[in-house]
Amino acid sequence: MRQTLYLAWRYLSYHRVKTLILLVSITLIIYLPIGLRVLVDQSSQQLTARAAATPLIVGAKGSPLELVLNTLYFRSDYPEIMRYEQVTRVTDADLAIAIPMYVRFNAQGHPIVGTGYEYFEYRGLDIVDGRQLGMLGECVVGSRVAEALDVGPGDFVISSPESVFDLAGVYPLKMRVAGVLGFSDTADDDAIFVDVRTTWIIEGLGHGHQDLSRPEAASVVLTRDSTNVVGSAAVVQYNEITEDNIESFHFHGDISQNPVTAVIALPPDQKSSALLQGRYQGEDEPAQIVRPVNVMNELLGTILSVQSFITAGAVIVGMATLATAALVFMLSLRLRRREIETLFKIGGSRLSVASVMTSEIIAVLLAGVILAGGLTFLTGQFGSAAIRAFIRM
Amino acid sequence: MIRIEDLEFRYGEGEFRLRVPELQVEARTATACIGPSGSGKTTLLNLIAGITTPQKGRIVTHDTDVTSLSDERRRSFRIKTIGLVFQEFELLEYLTVLDNIMLPYRINPALRLDSRVRERAISLAEKMGIGDKLGRHPGKLSQGERQRVAVCRAVLPEPVLLLTDEPTGNLDPANKGLVLDIILDYARENDATLITVTHDHDLLARFDTVIDIKEFAVIGEGAGRQGGGTPQ
Repeated sequence: MRQTLYLAWRYLSYHRVKTLILLVSITLIIYLPIGLRVLVDQSSQQLTARAAATPLIVGAKGSPLELVLNTLYFRSDYPEIMRYEQVTRVTDADLAIAIPMYVRFNAQGHPIVGTGYEYFEYRGLDIVDGRQLGMLGECVVGSRVAEALDVGPGDFVISSPESVFDLAGVYPLKMRVAGVLGFSDTADDDAIFVDVRTTWIIEGLGHGHQDLSRPEAASVVLTRDSTNVVGSAAVVQYNEITEDNIESFHFHGDISQNPVTAVIALPPDQKSSALLQGRYQGEDEPAQIVRPVNVMNELLGTILSVQSFITAGAVIVGMATLATAALVFMLSLRLRRREIETLFKIGGSRLSVASVMTSEIIAVLLAGVILAGGLTFLTGQFGSAAIRAFIRM
Repeated sequence: MIRIEDLEFRYGEGEFRLRVPELQVEARTATACIGPSGSGKTTLLNLIAGITTPQKGRIVTHDTDVTSLSDERRRSFRIKTIGLVFQEFELLEYLTVLDNIMLPYRINPALRLDSRVRERAISLAEKMGIGDKLGRHPGKLSQGERQRVAVCRAVLPEPVLLLTDEPTGNLDPANKGLVLDIILDYARENDATLITVTHDHDLLARFDTVIDIKEFAVIGEGAGRQGGGTPQ
């Protein structure tokens, strides 16, 4: 057997290009459908894990997928905006804890998530450096944000304007980093968390400026009466909230009309969940309530049917390649007929000669299987991380 | 000694037939087998080696009736007892010179490859002037060198019978003489029987006996003649 394997090895190493092509073909034939399956399974698991941990999401009527992707993964375009009164509505129903979510802005490529303290507790996010949000204008950053932007407690991140032409609207707000969250291997690692009111300030719905009632502001006051003070364009507006100027920050208009993108609703039991869902079934209802796991399963159903097509394609290509490989082996045997005859003539045993030929085929097949197995293992180990890295790109 | 009795052989239903009523080749002699192309010289070698089997008759090679052996036993008998050298060398391109020489030990468990065989292969190659080319592949050798490798492969198992089929047919005059010297020397030094098929009548003087295959070949029904070995 050792001699047989030696001859097979010599043949394969001498014809290394042919061997390599066969090896790569066979490896890919085996790996593609299996590796794809592993990758899809892992992605499905990851997507559904976060969705399954989020019982209900309330949002404005529109695309449920957009709503879920934005609320859970802080991705996709922001969904239809709804009013903050929808948060109060959930709370007032006394059927669930309501966590406001306003995911619209970003800072240096990372999403700014406007929310409440309940979010951190609900997601089990702990501060590993610094402290929790303490005042308006502060933020806590996910671990990957801290790493990517090289920021920590006491540093600043600046929100990005939505559009350079939007002079009256969103303007950059310099936010002080209060703390850094621990690594959770979720979308939270890539986000910057602020109080929902801070996002309203970013949007321009609240602002802070120099106190016009003070004597030093006299030069920027146009008119003053008993109820109103009108300032000129020279009034200093603050783009950073500090302990010194926080008192000057205020919101105009009705807070309940301020925007949010979603409300995460955490009902204590099935019954409350069912009752809450029932409240959003009316035809005139401006909001929708969705179970994220259902939305994600629907998305995965689409992905899986696409995967089935890809697998079917890979199997067909695999069969064609396998047939080609078989043809290559057969042609190779034909080309080696003279060599086989020589081996027979000088006294090679039938078994030994047949073993040499089959060992070569088996060796290539086996190496292909081992390589495909290795690639599948690597996909299992690093596939999901690679997908996440790819998604973040 | 090789003894052929009442042998008849034909390829399928073709017109060619080989009919040998009786032929004897003495042990430890060098015999040349001559005859025109297609007259059956190679066929006779194949029959003696047990590569092909006759439709009729007996071939006794060194006390073994090869015609009575099974295919597998004929192969084992051949690899241990008979060394074969071909006109086209028939070396394996993917093996080095040393691996080609040791090939018989890798293709039949009747021969066992060990360090002594390896040492013998190296010393044989050195003796034949190819000791510095052991790691090369046949494609990098001259014709004469290739044939010397083929001779080394044939004689490494120390066969008692050496069958060579036009071993000098593809060689230049210098190599022709050298290769024939090597073959004849081996046969004499090892008391082996040698049968060589050749077209080259200039070489016949170096053999003890000459067989003219024309004596045995029959082309077409009733056209044949019967004969025997012609001692020189």
